[in-house]
Amino acid sequence: MLANQFLLLGAVLFCIGVYGVLARRNGVAVLMSIELILNSVNINFLAFNAMWARNGSPAHISGAVFALFVITVAAAEVGVGLALVLMLYRTRKSIDVDKIDALKG
Amino acid sequence: MLAVDTPQYLPENIFFGIIAFIMVVSALRVVTTRNVVHAALWLILVLAGVAGNFILLGNEFVAVTQVLVYIGAIVVLFLFGVMLTRAPIGADAHLDNDQRPLALVVALPLLALMGYVLWDAWKDTKITEAGPPIVASTSVLSDSIFKTYLIPFEAASVLLLAALIGAIVLARRD
Amino acid sequence: MLLAEINLENLMRWAFVVPLIMACSFLFHLLFSKKLQKRFGEKAVSAVGVFAIGVCFVLSLAIGVGWIQRVNSPPTGAAFTAAEEACKAPYGEAGAEGHGTETGGATEGHGGETKTEAPGASTEGHGGETKPEAPAAGHEGAAGIAPGESASAALLTQAEGEGHTSEAPAGGETKTEAKTEAPAAGGEGHGAEGAAAEGEGHGAEGEHHEVAPVCSSVTWFEIGGMKFEAGTVVDGLSAMMLVTVTLISLLVHIYSIEYLHGDVRFTHYYAFLSLFSASMLFYVLSSNTLQMLTGWELVGVCSFALIGHWWEEKKNTDAALKAFLTNRVGDTGLIIGVIITFFAAGAKSFNVFHINEYALSNGADKGLLFLGALCLFFGVTSKSGQFPLHTWLPDAMAGPTPVSALIHAATMVVAGVYLVARMFPTFFVGMQIGVGGNWAPVGNYVAIIGATTALIGAGLAFVQYDLKKVLAYSTVSQLGYMILGLGVGAWTGAIFHLFTHAMFKACLFLGAGSCSHAAHHTFDMREMGGLKKYMPITQKTFLACTFALSGLPLMSGFWSKDEILAGAAQGQGGKPYMVMLVIGLVVGGMTASYMTRAYRMTFLDDYRGHGHPHESPKVMTVPLMILTVLAFFATFLNIPKLLLGGETSSLAKSFGVRFEHYVQPTFIFPGEELLKPAPFNVIVAGLSMAAALGGYLIMRQYMTAGIAKGAAAKPGIARGIYSFLENKYYLDALYENVIRDGVKGPIARASYWVNMNIIDGMVNAVGVSARKVGEVTYKYVDQGGIDGLVNGTGAVSNEGGQLLRRVFATGKVQQYGAWLFGGAVVFAALIVLFVK
Repeated sequence: MLANQFLLLGAVLFCIGVYGVLARRNGVAVLMSIELILNSVNINFLAFNAMWARNGSPAHISGAVFALFVITVAAAEVGVGLALVLMLYRTRKSIDVDKIDALKG
Repeated sequence: MLAVDTPQYLPENIFFGIIAFIMVVSALRVVTTRNVVHAALWLILVLAGVAGNFILLGNEFVAVTQVLVYIGAIVVLFLFGVMLTRAPIGADAHLDNDQRPLALVVALPLLALMGYVLWDAWKDTKITEAGPPIVASTSVLSDSIFKTYLIPFEAASVLLLAALIGAIVLARRD
Repeated sequence: MLLAEINLENLMRWAFVVPLIMACSFLFHLLFSKKLQKRFGEKAVSAVGVFAIGVCFVLSLAIGVGWIQRVNSPPTGAAFTAAEEACKAPYGEAGAEGHGTETGGATEGHGGETKTEAPGASTEGHGGETKPEAPAAGHEGAAGIAPGESASAALLTQAEGEGHTSEAPAGGETKTEAKTEAPAAGGEGHGAEGAAAEGEGHGAEGEHHEVAPVCSSVTWFEIGGMKFEAGTVVDGLSAMMLVTVTLISLLVHIYSIEYLHGDVRFTHYYAFLSLFSASMLFYVLSSNTLQMLTGWELVGVCSFALIGHWWEEKKNTDAALKAFLTNRVGDTGLIIGVIITFFAAGAKSFNVFHINEYALSNGADKGLLFLGALCLFFGVTSKSGQFPLHTWLPDAMAGPTPVSALIHAATMVVAGVYLVARMFPTFFVGMQIGVGGNWAPVGNYVAIIGATTALIGAGLAFVQYDLKKVLAYSTVSQLGYMILGLGVGAWTGAIFHLFTHAMFKACLFLGAGSCSHAAHHTFDMREMGGLKKYMPITQKTFLACTFALSGLPLMSGFWSKDEILAGAAQGQGGKPYMVMLVIGLVVGGMTASYMTRAYRMTFLDDYRGHGHPHESPKVMTVPLMILTVLAFFATFLNIPKLLLGGETSSLAKSFGVRFEHYVQPTFIFPGEELLKPAPFNVIVAGLSMAAALGGYLIMRQYMTAGIAKGAAAKPGIARGIYSFLENKYYLDALYENVIRDGVKGPIARASYWVNMNIIDGMVNAVGVSARKVGEVTYKYVDQGGIDGLVNGTGAVSNEGGQLLRRVFATGKVQQYGAWLFGGAVVFAALIVLFVK
């Protein structure tokens, strides 16, 4: 198996995720796109982990460990993110990211 | 691409091709569908595909975790989110905002750039040479987490706690 | 004797127990004090605190005695090498672990074992290693057990000069002989030794040997194969600080029993006193800059909490916040400075000795050191209330008075001075203190800031009606004095001043607290007056300490101040710091003057307040008396030799310049040719006396003439000056109105813009800040009278900013995100294309 087939798959997922983050209006959908981005990173982690294991001993497993950490962080992120969306919905009766423009200069 | 690989890995490569195709299509659907619930369902396919990739890369434990945490918990959480915010369950023409062109302008060059850099850097480097695929054992993984990465692990647990409290504080009704 | 020595040596290595005790005391207060108070009353709570700090004080004294013994019989040969390595070793790639333990073992053996070990193979190996590193001749003589012939010859002559040990020339034996003899012989033996060395022609060498500090360390954390140590350093400086901090803290603990009697947060107060003592002790003992940073921040937090002790009043919380935030500003500089010095010294270790050694080495990067020292000094500027950032210190008087005495007069605010003293080689080289000269503005930032602060603080002290504020500005001024002293290279003078100032200023503050306690909790001097009649003890101690602060001869303040001035007169590199000398003299006069004013307004004339003032109870007056006595006896710690009958008289040998002898470091310190403490300078001393007297007389005349009654009666210029001073040079107004309001908008905006659209953000931020500048300019300059051109510029910038704003600041997060990603793509593409 080539390293690049995984890495390129990751790249594709990443860009789709970026597109989603930028183009979606619904808060929940934006969060989903972020999940895509995180998963593409995980694929990279594991691909490199597998490569490293080839060259060294199988004990080189940092990539997998970091993928696990990413999953953990993603869980936390979704938890807080959805709580934010929920609060947004309560205060504004809408989860349109477009309508949150209090930062307007 | 497949042509340059060791023949031994042909089955894996075929599986990879199928999974990758499904993943890309589903991912595109996640970001284009007009129905939030459908998006969440498509997301399940992508995540399952990622888990499949993890298995191909010889790491069952992470794959299982992926299924458990992502599909089992996070997607469910998303569905709850959709439900609680009473987003329109059916199709919604306003799911996308009006800057899709801008997003495309950003995402496509990004893809081109990443593709170029990756190909330039790795060309046809193989992940595994001929021989049995390396399967990382879970015990090695656990040793690593609880020895080398003990402090990040603790930090992650604190992060989870903080996220938990944060979510409760944010979502509380008062 | 030997037993005692070993114990003290171990105690010095275990110095960390001192802050630990206070930390335990803090925890105890935190967990149990409330219950304790409920069951046994306030007394029990304070008893715990007093007990803990008392134990610390005793331990600190023991450590001080241990250090004196160590200076009298410095470790030589293998013991010196071991101690040296213990202090500098902590940079560990692999293998440092074994190294550390080895060092530990070797050092521990110092007490008794070196004797039997004598000059074995190990000594030789070590000696060969360290020899090139050691600059001072004295050390070479000490390490001369190693083969070198000249070294043993030096040892021989030294022993001969000593007169005691004529049986010396037996090679390795000599060292041990001298060593065991020295503690018995005490100071005398030392003086003789010094004289001998001088007779030999090592004039500059004086009587100092290189005395290695006692260091011990453990691994703090490891990152990327690098080990970072946490450890303690005990040398003259830290031993002196330990004693000072624990002493003042002990007295303040006792004093607070009465002063805080019946306070709602009595336990809270004692808990924070304990925490403060713990952090301050931790700070002065720390062996590396990271640790110092930790202690530095901890004392800042305690200061914040204690200033805001009575947080029910908005004024107090404001003061606490101001103190905290102003300190944050400086701390940023400090952190950057720590990082710069770390990388300057080879990115191996944060250890202060390591950094200092680098600073003194020939290959040191002067520019980088200047930058590092500048950033570090920025931290000093805020913590020690130096010129641009001193405004928090007077406001900090909102806290309880004992806290002001402990934290904002005696200990915490000198943390900055301590930092400069501890890292003096870095400042010495970085700031080019050694260059000297009358007008070396670039070369000596430290002295200039110190002098400015001293002047400004003294000026402001004249117009305060709040007794504590007078003392606060006086503290600012005196801190400036210390920094000035360090800036002109009068290290001992500055540190001695730190020591004496801690005594008399703490006493003054506690005295002010006592007055307020008597006079219905006011500090307004207009409502005091005539307290002499009612509170004789407070009055006497206050007067004595006023004398000390004003620099009346025979009081400690005179000697320390004079030593700084003499140092300025001696200067560096053959050139005196004349400007600093003049400023020092002027400030001396001003000090006497404003203290006269404060004293007269408080204690003389008739009582102007309400109610019946009364003397405070013993719990409060006894600390005052102790401090007064100490403020007087501190005098004898550093009497110039000249006054004791010259360099050679026996009196001078036993009593002269003890402080200088024991406290000024010799280990990794600018050579003594560079930093020879200035001898007593009769002319300067006379001038400073005259200045003080003049200041006193002028103020007396002024006050008896009765024009001090208010600004309104003053003629034009005097009135202008008065209101200028009363408004604190308009510095607060500058910070609050111009800088804060002007910057708050742009900075918040700028960071948000840079985040949101990296590329265009640059252009954009320029536009916005230009607009802001335009606005500020409009508001302040145009309103002030300048028109036309400035106004036009402002308007143009304004338009530009508005235009940019409309295009990019849509408030849509995703659009910002698009710019972010787009910018990242462009940058990445540029990197890929051009950085191959």
